[in-house]
Amino acid sequence: MTRSMVRLASILVAGCLALFAGRALAAAITPPDALVKTVTLEVLDIVSADQEIQAGNVQKVIGLVEAKVLPHFSFESMTALAMGVNWRKATAEQKTRLAQSFKILLVRTYASAITSYRDERFEFLPLRAKPNDTDVTVKVRVHKPGRQSVAIDYDMERTASGWKCYNVYVAGVSLVLNYRTEFASEVRRNGIDGLIDALETKNQKLEAAAK
Amino acid sequence: MFARALAGVTFCLLAGCATVPNGDPRDPYESFNRAMFSFNEGLDDVIGEPVATAYKAVLPYEVRIRVTNFFANIQDVMIAVNNLLQGKPNQAADDFARVLVNSSFGLAGLHDIASDAGLEKHNEDFGQTFAVWGMDGGPYFVWPFFGSKNVRDTFGLALDLTVAPVLAIDPASTRYWMTGLYLVNERADLLDATTALDDAALDKYVARRDIYFQRRRDLIYDGNPPRAPRQRPPGREPRSNADPSPTMTRSDALRAGPDPGSPRAARAQTGTFAPRRPSNYDAVLAAPRGKL
Repeated sequence: MTRSMVRLASILVAGCLALFAGRALAAAITPPDALVKTVTLEVLDIVSADQEIQAGNVQKVIGLVEAKVLPHFSFESMTALAMGVNWRKATAEQKTRLAQSFKILLVRTYASAITSYRDERFEFLPLRAKPNDTDVTVKVRVHKPGRQSVAIDYDMERTASGWKCYNVYVAGVSLVLNYRTEFASEVRRNGIDGLIDALETKNQKLEAAAK
Repeated sequence: MFARALAGVTFCLLAGCATVPNGDPRDPYESFNRAMFSFNEGLDDVIGEPVATAYKAVLPYEVRIRVTNFFANIQDVMIAVNNLLQGKPNQAADDFARVLVNSSFGLAGLHDIASDAGLEKHNEDFGQTFAVWGMDGGPYFVWPFFGSKNVRDTFGLALDLTVAPVLAIDPASTRYWMTGLYLVNERADLLDATTALDDAALDKYVARRDIYFQRRRDLIYDGNPPRAPRQRPPGREPRSNADPSPTMTRSDALRAGPDPGSPRAARAQTGTFAPRRPSNYDAVLAAPRGKL
């Protein structure tokens, strides 16, 4: 066997291995629509079985959200979307602090929303995407008697560690894009550090109010 | 207070109200609107929220949902009319069917049987109808009591109120009771939402305004507004190096046209109801990006 043949064989073997590894990896990633459905139903089950959460125990709700929901969110992408062009002007350290304080703000303010679900029926719409898409929108409808159903749309991107949500629309209103104007004017007035300060102060106030 | 507000508007309109630097172009009277916003907030703090909180504490959920259903049933009549006016006969038929089913089997609308039977509830008003007809939004105002409305929705609201069945009830005492009950019930339903939104906002005024614009646009397009092709979240390099495309998000697209909520131009071109595209839509589409 010549040297070149050995080399060719090893490349082929390596190629095959890589292919299989790729397949295995792809199979391990939960599809985005299945992910949303599983997580939503799991959280709702826990909420409906937990008296303390229903009674409005904020700390417990936040604990639940942190354990079950947050791993599927990309707060860096989310913050980038809310920052718009200013994101590129931020240093790595500023980006980390921004994403961290934005995360705390969003969790603090919206986590308690999951305790208010009662008669609602959740409908998970079929995903409209091509198999190789890396950026999809997962649509959920919440039906409530006497009211128009509320649409919750999750924009999700494919990452190495699975599908991550980076934008949420509730009834057509993006909870992330809605910060664009506020973030931009804060940055214009006080710079990116000013925005970080504003977010951190806001979080401290909310925490103090919760106690 | 109301007279002062009116005087303020008149003054602003005559004097070309001082615009706030770097403000939203759709909100040229921001300083006036901010004053009205804090007036409304004050009013809500003193009356709206306490009354709604008490209402929610006194009446159990099972009763409150009947109140919601009762008024929702009455409103379905005008929702049907608006769906007809917007050229959506199928939705209108559903709405009329809802009224028939809920008024009879649902015991005067107390039970929303139609939803259980799969007749979906819609959300329409004259503001949305005007938008579908092609009327531009016009400047944004915060009105005392009525809150966020652009000019189009202000006219819409005026017409909504003129034909509102509840406001036609005789005698007047019943009318006032019903209107009061309706308002309190609506406010009570929003208590959790407004608390969360106010907690979340850095600037409540801006947050409410942006929510108003996003929400109305969503309603005009019945939940399927044209979204600009989504960008990768910024900060990541696009796959192609030769990518001069402007990064667009939904909110950018919102601001691209004078009023993207008005689909008239697009309809005139294609003969069907189609969203007006942001001016640089084609540039974005043409850009060599794999994910589009």
